[in-house]
Amino acid sequence: MMEERRNSFVREVAEKKYEYGFTTDVHTEIIEKGLSEEVVRLISQKKGEPDWLLQFRLEAFRYWQTLEPPTWGHLQMPSVDFQDISYYADPTKKPSQGDAKGEIDPELMKTFDKLGIPLEERLALSGTAVDAVMDSVSVKTTFREKLREKGIIFCSISEAVREHPDLVREYLGSVVPYRDNFYAALNSAVFSDGSFVYIPRGVRCPMELSTYFRINARGTGQFERTLIVCCDDAYVSYLEGCTAPMRDENQLHAAIVEIVVMENAEVKYSTVQNWYPGDAEGRGGVLNLVTKRGHLRGVNSRLSWTQVETGSAITWKYPSCVLSGDGSQAEFYSVAVTNNHQQADTGTKMIHLGRNTRSTIISKGISAGRSQNSYRGLVKVGSKADGARNYSSCDSLLLGDTCGAHTFPYMDVQNETAVAEHEATTSKISEDQLFYCNQRGISTEDAVGLIVNGYAKDVLNKLPMEFAVEAQKLLGVSLEGSVG
Amino acid sequence: MKSEQQYIELYEANRDVICAHSAPALNALRQQAFLDFCSKGFPSQKEERYKYTDVAAAFAPDYGLNLNRLSIPVNPYEAFRCDVPNLSTSLYFVVNDQFYDGAVRNRPTLPEGVVIDSLSRVATAHPEWVEPYYGRLARSGKDAINALNTMLAQDGLFIRVARDVVVPRPVQIVNVLRADVPLMANRRVLIVLEPGAQMQLLVCDHAMDSHAFLTTQVAEVFVGENANLELYELEETHAANTRFSNVYVDQAANSTATVDHLTLSSGLTRNRTDVTLSGEYAEISMYGAVVADGSQHVDNNTLIDHRVPHCQSNELYKYVLDDHAVGAFAGRVLVREGAQKTVSHETNANLCATRSARMYSQPMLEIYADDVKCSHGSTVGQLNDAALFYMRQRGIPEDEARLLLKFAFVGEVLSNIRLDALRDRLHHLVEKRFRGELGRCAGCAPTSTCKL
Amino acid sequence: MLEIRDLHASINGKEILRGINLTVADGEVHALMGQNGAGKSTLSNVIVGHPAYEVTSGSIHFNGKDLLALKPEERAHEGIFLSFQQPVEIPGVSMVNFMRAALNAKRKYHGLEPLPAGDFLKLMREKRKIVELDNKLANRSVNEGFSGGEKKRNEIFQMAMLEPSLSILDETDSGLDVDALRIVAEGFNRLRTPQTSAIVITHYQRLLDYLKPDVVHVLIDGQIVRTGGPELAVEIEQRGFDWIKAEL
Repeated sequence: MMEERRNSFVREVAEKKYEYGFTTDVHTEIIEKGLSEEVVRLISQKKGEPDWLLQFRLEAFRYWQTLEPPTWGHLQMPSVDFQDISYYADPTKKPSQGDAKGEIDPELMKTFDKLGIPLEERLALSGTAVDAVMDSVSVKTTFREKLREKGIIFCSISEAVREHPDLVREYLGSVVPYRDNFYAALNSAVFSDGSFVYIPRGVRCPMELSTYFRINARGTGQFERTLIVCCDDAYVSYLEGCTAPMRDENQLHAAIVEIVVMENAEVKYSTVQNWYPGDAEGRGGVLNLVTKRGHLRGVNSRLSWTQVETGSAITWKYPSCVLSGDGSQAEFYSVAVTNNHQQADTGTKMIHLGRNTRSTIISKGISAGRSQNSYRGLVKVGSKADGARNYSSCDSLLLGDTCGAHTFPYMDVQNETAVAEHEATTSKISEDQLFYCNQRGISTEDAVGLIVNGYAKDVLNKLPMEFAVEAQKLLGVSLEGSVG
Repeated sequence: MKSEQQYIELYEANRDVICAHSAPALNALRQQAFLDFCSKGFPSQKEERYKYTDVAAAFAPDYGLNLNRLSIPVNPYEAFRCDVPNLSTSLYFVVNDQFYDGAVRNRPTLPEGVVIDSLSRVATAHPEWVEPYYGRLARSGKDAINALNTMLAQDGLFIRVARDVVVPRPVQIVNVLRADVPLMANRRVLIVLEPGAQMQLLVCDHAMDSHAFLTTQVAEVFVGENANLELYELEETHAANTRFSNVYVDQAANSTATVDHLTLSSGLTRNRTDVTLSGEYAEISMYGAVVADGSQHVDNNTLIDHRVPHCQSNELYKYVLDDHAVGAFAGRVLVREGAQKTVSHETNANLCATRSARMYSQPMLEIYADDVKCSHGSTVGQLNDAALFYMRQRGIPEDEARLLLKFAFVGEVLSNIRLDALRDRLHHLVEKRFRGELGRCAGCAPTSTCKL
Repeated sequence: MLEIRDLHASINGKEILRGINLTVADGEVHALMGQNGAGKSTLSNVIVGHPAYEVTSGSIHFNGKDLLALKPEERAHEGIFLSFQQPVEIPGVSMVNFMRAALNAKRKYHGLEPLPAGDFLKLMREKRKIVELDNKLANRSVNEGFSGGEKKRNEIFQMAMLEPSLSILDETDSGLDVDALRIVAEGFNRLRTPQTSAIVITHYQRLLDYLKPDVVHVLIDGQIVRTGGPELAVEIEQRGFDWIKAEL
C-alpha cells in the first residue's frame, strides 16, 4: 500500500512543471557562437572597457586554452562544446538603436515581475535593493540613490568598471585568480555582467542587496561576475536568485563571486539557486559551474554563505572562505536538493591561515528520483593557524532507492593546537514518521514537505526572512511526495 | 616513467629467472601484470587513492632483489625474541619473501585441513588450491602495486583452512626482513577460509637489519560462508623501511572478519585495505592504530564495498603524530544500489602533538541505497585540556597526564583486539612507545644483526 | 593554612577577582556564597592553578609557601583538593590507573615509595565505602557514564584517597538529590580532622546544615563584601543578596 502510494508521489514530482520555465520575447543582440581572442576582444569592446581589463581577459583566455575541464567531481558531465555557445547576449539593446539610458523594454519589466522581482522601487520587497541581470547584461539596479547617500556602491560590474575603475582593478581577481581553475579562467576571459558592491568603512548597509540572474536567450552561456568589498566595521547582507527557461539543450553558467571582508566587517551571502534543472528524463537544464570565494582579510572579520540549491542539471560549486585575519569566523550553510536526473557536487573549502579562526559547516543533502547528490569539502589548517576550530556536519536524506547520496570531506591539519571535527549521517524518512503524520491527518505529501523542511531548518533559519519563505516553498515544490 | 623504468628493465632481463623460481599459477599472471605495469606505471598523487603518498619517489631508489632465491643465512628462531608472552601461538616465519622452513624447531601441529606453507610450493603441488583465487581480488590492471607485485613476486605465504575447521590456537606469522644490502622484497599472500572455518592470525613485521627495505605485499583473503577470520597486522620496523601493503578481503554470506592495522614504528607505510561484502549478513570490523614520530609517513587507505543487503561494517582508525610525522587516512564506504539495511560506521580520530606533524583525514560515504544507517566522523585535535587539568589537580604531573590521555586515546582501538594476550602486549608496547623507551621492537634490536 | 592577600585575577583579559582577602586557619570550614558570576568558581580555580586564569596581582600562601609559584600538580601534592563543579569525563583512563597515578605522584613528591598494588587496591576498597561508591563505578573510566550524583560522590571518594589538608567544594551540592547530598556530606564530615580545612561554595543552606561552617563569606563582583558566622548563611537563605548590595 505504502509502496504504491509513494510511487505515485514520485511520479507526480517527476511530472511537476518548473514554474519559471517561460521565455521572454524580447529583442536580444547575440554575438556569433564560438570563443576566440576576437570574441574576448569583442565582448570587452561592447562593454567599452579599459585596456587593463581587456589584458586581464586575454591573459585568462590564453591560460584557459591550456586547461582541461576538471573531472574529479562525482558527476556525469555532458561534454560541452565551448565553440557552440554564444558568449554575449544583450536583451536591452533596441533594434532601432534607440539606446536611451533608463528606458527598459516593458517585456523585461514584465519578466521580472513574473519572477516576483519588481523593478519599480515602489513595488519592491520591503528593504531590498535589486540588481536584475538577464543574460549578459544588467537590466536595472534599484535604490541606488538611497544607498549612495550612505556611500554604498551597488551597481552592475560593467558600470563599476566605468565609474570606479580603481576599486575594481584593485579587487578583481584578488580572491579568485583566473588561474584558479578551468571555469574560473573561462569566466575571467568572457565574464559579462554581475553586481559590484562596496560598503565603506563603518557603514551598515540599511537594506538587503540582491541580484537576480536570469538566463533567457537560447544557445548562450551566462558568465556573471560579482565582487563584494566590505570595509572595516561594515556590514552587508546580500542575496542572489537565479532562474532560467526550459530548454532542451544544456546551458552553461560559469560564474565567479569574490568577496573581500576587512577588519571587524561582516558579510552574509545567501543564494537560492533555481536554474532550470532539466526535464524528468534529464534532458536540458543548466550546468551550474561556479567558483565562489571570500577572503576574510581583516581581524575578526565574518563571512557566512547560505545556499539553497534546488535547480540546475549539474551543480559544481564550493563557496569557500580563506580565513587570513586573526579571529575571523566563517560559516557555510547549505541545503542541496536533487531530483530526477539532477547531479550536485557541492560543498565548501575552509582554509584557516590566521590565529583563532573558526569555521562551521552545516550541509544537508536531499536526493530523490535518479539524482546524485554529493557533499565535498575541504578543511585545511595552516601551520600558523593556532587555535583554529572547525566543526562540520553533513547529513544526507535519501528519498527512494534509485538516488545516491555521497560525502567526501577532506581534512588537512598542520597545527597541533587546531581542532577539526567532522560528522556525517545518512538517513531516510521513516515509515513511522510518515505514519505518525498520517494518523494526525497530515497527507503523506504534506508530511514529506514538513519533515524535509524540518530537516533543513538549521540552514533555512539562516536565510533572510523573505528568502526563507521562498526557499521553503521551493523545497516543497522540488520534493513534494517523492518519498521512497 | 623514470621510476618505473628500472622495474621494467629488471623484469625484461630476468623474466626467466623469476619464473624458474616460482610456480606456474603465479607465472600465469606475470606477463599481463607486466603489461599493466608498463601501460599505467606508478600512480601520481592526483589519483584519489594515492593522494597522500608519492609512490614513484618511494620506488625510485635502487634496491637489490633476491630473484635467484638464494637462501638467507638466518635462523629466525635464534634471532627473534619477540614472541608475545602468555600467547600460545603456532609460529611461522617468512624471511623477506620466502617462507622459512629451515632448521625448524617445534613445528606446530595443526588440525587436519589446515595448511600453512610456502605459496609457491603449494601452488606447484596443489594448483587447485591456488588458481581459483590467485589474482582474483588483487587485479593487476587496477593498481600499480598489484601489478608490480604480481609481476615480481615469486613466493610468500599460503594459508588454507578447510570447511568447518576451527584453528584452536592463534597463528602467528613473523615477517622478518634480513639483508646485507638495501633490499626489495615482493611478498604474496593467499588466505582461504572455507565455509565455517575459523582462525585468528597475527602477522608481525620486523626488520633484523638497519638496511633500507622496500616491501610490497599483496594479500588476497577469502572468507567463506559462516567463516570467521581475525587478522592482526603489527608493524614494528624502522625508519629506513618502506612498506606497500595491499590487503583484499572478500566475505561471503554470514561471515565475520576483523582486520587490524597497528603501526608502531616504520619509515613509510602505505596500507591499502579493500573489503568486499559479497554475501548477505557479512560483518567486517576494521581497526587501525598509528603511533608515529620522526619523519614517519603512515597512509591507510580503505574501501568497504557493500554489495548486498544486510551487511555491517565498522571502522575505527586512530593516529598519534609527533615530530614531523605525516599521517593520512582515507576511508571510503560504498553502499551499492540494492544493498538495503546496510549499517556502516566509520571513525577517524587524530592527535597532532607538534606543529610540524601533519594529518590528512578523508572519510567518504558513497551511498546508492536508501534504507541504510551510515555515518562517519573524523577529528583532528589535541588532548582535552579539561581532562588534563583535572588530572593535574589530582596531583598527576603534566607529562604523566598527557601520557595517560594519549594511551587512553589509542586504547580504544586496542580494546577491540580479541586476543587477550596480544592486547595486553600491545598496551605494553604502546605505553613504552609513548614513554620513548622503544625506538623499535626489542625483538629486532640492532644486536640481532646477526652473522648466523 | 591559607592566606590570600589582595588577589586580582582575570580570564581572557576580563577582571573577575578584584582584591580578595581571605584567611583560613587549620580545622576551619569557610562557606563562600554569592550570585552566579560573582567570582566564586574563579577563586577556587585560581587557588588550584587553572591555566586559563591569570593572576594580575596579590598573593596566595599555603602553609607559608607561595602557592602561585607552584604547578597545579604541586599544589595538589601540597594538599589542596578541588571538588569540581562539573567533573570532566576522561574516556579510556580507568579509575584505578588514574588514582594510582595520582596517589603515587603525591607519595613521590613527599619522598615515599609507590604503594604496592595490593595495598593500593585495599585502600581503594576502604575509601569507596565512605561515599558508598559502587565497585562497578570504580572499574570504569574516570567519570565516564557517571550520573551527576555519581560524579560528585566520585569526587569525595578521590578526596578520601588523597587526604588533602584543604578541600574546596565547588557547588558539590548542585544536581544532588536529598539522599545523595547526605551521603556526600556525611562522607566529607567523616574525612574531617582538626587539621583539615575546607572552603565550601554553595548557593544553599542545606549543604551547610551538614557541614556547619565556622565562617561565611559573601562574594559580590569579585570582592568579599561581608563575613560573618553561620547565621549569615541563614539570613541569605531567607533574604537573598539584594539587601547586602543595598547596604554597600
